[in-house]
Amino acid sequence: MISDYKGILVIGEIYDGKIRPVTFQLITKARELADTLNTSLSTVLIGNNINEMAKEPIYYGADKVYVLDNKMFDPYIAEVYSAVLAKFIDKLKPEIVLIPATHTGREYGPRIAASLQTGMTADCTDLAIKNGRFIQIRPAYGGNIMGEIFTPNHRPQIATVRPNVFKARDPDTSRNGEVIKEEPDFSNVNLRTVIKEIVKTTVTGAKKIDEAKVIVSGGRGVGSKEGFELLRQLADLLGGAVGASRVAVDLGWMPKSAQVGQSGITVSPDLYIACGISGTIQHIVGMKDSKIIVAINKDPNAPIFNIADFGIVGDLHEIISVFIEELKKVLNK
Amino acid sequence: MKILVLVKQVPDTSEVKFNENGVMIREGLQSILNVFDQFAVEEALRIREKYGGEVSVMTLAPEQAKSALQKCLALGADKAYHISDRAFGGSDTLATSYALSLAIKKVGEFDLIMAGNQATDGDTGHIGPQVAQFLGLPHVSYVEKVESIDGDKALVKSLMEDGYRMVEVKLPALFACIPPTTFEYSNPSMSGIIKAKNKPYIWFKADDIDGDKSRFGLNGSPTRVLKMYPPPKRSRGEIFTGDYHEAVKKIIDVLKEKKVIS
Repeated sequence: MISDYKGILVIGEIYDGKIRPVTFQLITKARELADTLNTSLSTVLIGNNINEMAKEPIYYGADKVYVLDNKMFDPYIAEVYSAVLAKFIDKLKPEIVLIPATHTGREYGPRIAASLQTGMTADCTDLAIKNGRFIQIRPAYGGNIMGEIFTPNHRPQIATVRPNVFKARDPDTSRNGEVIKEEPDFSNVNLRTVIKEIVKTTVTGAKKIDEAKVIVSGGRGVGSKEGFELLRQLADLLGGAVGASRVAVDLGWMPKSAQVGQSGITVSPDLYIACGISGTIQHIVGMKDSKIIVAINKDPNAPIFNIADFGIVGDLHEIISVFIEELKKVLNK
Repeated sequence: MKILVLVKQVPDTSEVKFNENGVMIREGLQSILNVFDQFAVEEALRIREKYGGEVSVMTLAPEQAKSALQKCLALGADKAYHISDRAFGGSDTLATSYALSLAIKKVGEFDLIMAGNQATDGDTGHIGPQVAQFLGLPHVSYVEKVESIDGDKALVKSLMEDGYRMVEVKLPALFACIPPTTFEYSNPSMSGIIKAKNKPYIWFKADDIDGDKSRFGLNGSPTRVLKMYPPPKRSRGEIFTGDYHEAVKKIIDVLKEKKVIS
């Protein structure tokens, strides 16, 4: 019975020993949805040695935090996460489940929906309640069409949601909530996967583009690997990350983990500065939901200008240097 | 090594045109083999070359998708399975995955199932993981390379946002593949196109696969599309061509106003 399913559940991912920022973004949005539906909001944290972190979701709006803490959950393995989370969701019976649309969430999430035989909507960029219905909004056809999806007769309704489409609220450490330790049910786990090696290609200390609020991105026009140093200086001043177009990755100037676009990472930061990027459709698909887009390019006809809020035509090295200089004045650095 | 690759024909969204109201014009869009799937097919052919065996391809789609399967055969795949029936109309990803998993069971055992990580039209990335779930197989998404196969174990490189992981999986397994940036797509050779015409091409109707028919097509699809509309249009903003300092100052003022910098 559909009416047996109550409340909203956000799946909280733990990555490199920390709760991923997207988790708090989803909790913030889910709080709003839960208030509209007059229902409760829970989070389940899955990982190893979660301890004190378990309280954090409460500060962002969760009423209850379920903790699945086990050494089997580190490193992450899709067949373990999907089987254990499916069992947990089946027991909790939430009406809505939100999963981060990270590489991991998009790997284990669909298996949960198949195992529970329910509807799932991928990679949502917005969520809403309309006439009591949970509406999942997502782009399709390379971002050329938006679709509103709903799940009339199946529960739970599951959605993966892109990082950075919602803003996390400021944490309120005085909020009260309940932390509940859950015993993971491994009965459906048939482990055939071994993680042999985990390799990080982002520069140590550098921000990851999927979590950054500001991205300074470079393409062919940057000219060389060394040319990206200037972009990094600008990104550092803005507290942001350095991204790259596919060409810049192909040329070996930046690692694949910095690639924005259809075959890379989709980003939607507050500010995206595209330097020497012409703006192929594959690149634009990956960044056009950024709140403010600034394009710097020597070619006045570059397609990137057609989607930019601001553009400067000219030499990118000179322009970025001016940008850095003016920013330092404003930031008193 | 018996390998199956799941493929999809998609409209070429890199060539999209819009009418004056900003609505995508769907007519006249060319149909192509999803690029993620083509990479999976080419990766499967490389595995066959190295370890021997047979590469089959499968799609669940209307008849017109034959050209996509034929392209796979022309590239070197050995056999094609085309599941096509009105009963599958309106399938969402769950109903599609379910029907594909039944068809795979009907065809027989495979050591390796491959698929594109996502299709460029729907972009859900659901099919690979869900087919694996229905078949009770392990799977890995974002697979950029099948590094090696040793007995019943495969080692694959799977991309993460901040790097990659080397993952060892016991076969049979499913890998959802994503092309490396340097990947160059092959075009079928003339002799490949000619040979493709004589390769086995097997059609399946809904009645040919055993399963719960109430889970096919629109009736078997939990999700519904409420409406579709063009995305909020981003329009060309202010483009500066003169003094860099003046331009940068103006932009910084707006960034301050919007609280991007403080």
